[in-house]
Amino acid sequence: MSENLTASSPSAGSMQAGLPAPVAGRRRNGVIERTLAELSHAMEHSLFSEDIARKPGLLQSLDPRVKLLSMLALLIAVGLSRSLLVIAGLYVITLVLAWRSAIPVGFFIKRVWLFLPFFTGVIALPALFLTPGPALLQLPLDLVVTRTGLMTALFLLLRVSTSVSMAALLTFTTPWIDVLKALGVLRMPEAVILIFGMTYRYIYLLLNTANDMFLSRKSRVVGRTTGADQRRMMGASAGVLLGKSMRLSSEVYLAMQSRGFRGHARMPGTASFSIRARDWVAVIVVAIVTVGAIWLGQ
Amino acid sequence: MNNETIFDLQDVSFAYEGKQTALEHVSLSINAGERIVVLGSNGSGKSTLLKLLDGLYFATVGVVNAYGQPLTEVAFDDDAFNFAFRRKVGLVFQDTDVQLFSPSVWEEVAFAPMQMGLGKAEVNARVDSALHALRIEKLRDRAPHRLSGGEKRRVALASVLTLQPDVWLLDEPTTGLDPRSQSWLVNFIVDQGRAGHTVITATHDLSIVDAIADRVYVFDEAHHVVAQGTPHAILSNNELLLACNLSHDHVHRHDDGNEHMHPHVHPLAHTHTHALKREA
Repeated sequence: MSENLTASSPSAGSMQAGLPAPVAGRRRNGVIERTLAELSHAMEHSLFSEDIARKPGLLQSLDPRVKLLSMLALLIAVGLSRSLLVIAGLYVITLVLAWRSAIPVGFFIKRVWLFLPFFTGVIALPALFLTPGPALLQLPLDLVVTRTGLMTALFLLLRVSTSVSMAALLTFTTPWIDVLKALGVLRMPEAVILIFGMTYRYIYLLLNTANDMFLSRKSRVVGRTTGADQRRMMGASAGVLLGKSMRLSSEVYLAMQSRGFRGHARMPGTASFSIRARDWVAVIVVAIVTVGAIWLGQ
Repeated sequence: MNNETIFDLQDVSFAYEGKQTALEHVSLSINAGERIVVLGSNGSGKSTLLKLLDGLYFATVGVVNAYGQPLTEVAFDDDAFNFAFRRKVGLVFQDTDVQLFSPSVWEEVAFAPMQMGLGKAEVNARVDSALHALRIEKLRDRAPHRLSGGEKRRVALASVLTLQPDVWLLDEPTTGLDPRSQSWLVNFIVDQGRAGHTVITATHDLSIVDAIADRVYVFDEAHHVVAQGTPHAILSNNELLLACNLSHDHVHRHDDGNEHMHPHVHPLAHTHTHALKREA
């Protein structure tokens, strides 16, 4: 105790003298950690930042109900179209809309394509080799890329990237609360809207917790970690997060019960939207594009 | 204050999943209009007690009575009983992230009256009144998870205020608050007491006890009630506070370089006089 009280603090100069000069480009974090940190950052930015939704722009000026219905119509068009060109055209339209809605196009493309390898890529990759058809490319280990396989993979990737881009356009340009209200106006069951709202809200909380866990670990790691160490750390962190989310879910349920929740939520209807001329124009344009895309894509 | 007994616990024990003990042989009684502080260190069972009083957990052993009725799972299966009880008793959770689950402040504050089945006009009136009382009108369209700690606490209080409860249960309400928000919260609790409500606050913050309590129950780390009394009697008993891990020895250094150790002291009350009445 006494030692701690009397010990003088090291001066700034002596601390500087005790540190080696940093070498540019020598990165300590592992691939897994960097990827997860990037994913977490991207999710936080895509889902929770409402900066873009509050900027003036083409989509920001439209009624949320119109945006939601338009997105659903265009998603159907993407799903029904059998032409790569038509789907690619719809993708280009989403990029133009992003540009006209104050979303930086490079950022928009990066955000959408960052997730694709993890979710769609793992499904599309085997299709390259497993779909029967004329051979296109011979690879080592007797792997053959077929023309049909390539087309299947391209369709899948383009359909998913276009659909995700459309959903991202909606979430980037509409505050989340307005999306939920629009769902309510469109007669989505109240329980489903409640679940959507709570999922969004608690993903945010758990994402912050995960980020804090990464930072806490980073502050204590000295030297390089092996891939095995990183995988072990990820497993442990996932376990801790799962435990936290379980505890959280039961506590939230108690908090709801405490305020009278009996299993069927009654939600307030607070929507105060109004349809203007530009919304009607948007409805007509989207209807034409949807019907056109389905017709041309057959 | 009147003599109506609101809560009466007889030899209550509670264990999570039947194994992890949280309360042991607790007996206590709380009357209408009383301001009670449940004092105990972390893990002593304070939060569990509040959840028992709110009918969220049920005693493993013993009986918890509220308004003369036993609080059991069977009782809460009855919609009329559940409605009447929830309407009278409001719990503010320690973790505001647990309490605030709605996408906007307005919906959070409207949640309880909506579940009570009140009409739209009544819900709107209650929400507006609660937002005004807590001075958070400007937050009405904000997402609760985007707010500061002090703002979250105000929204959590507003979300219970719309129930217009007779009994407030407050779990560690000053946790994470800056001194100014803490002072505001103490005034809020005092005002609820003055309005005739029963206020039960679980805390280990000795500095607020004198201001918000008529009577104090002290829990030890073995989950028992080991003392009850006035704030003065409890806060003066340093031996008790030390035994319950609520106080500690304070070491500091004087100008002459000598170290000095004494029990950590919490002033019981203001020693100065007020020239002006506190602003409402």
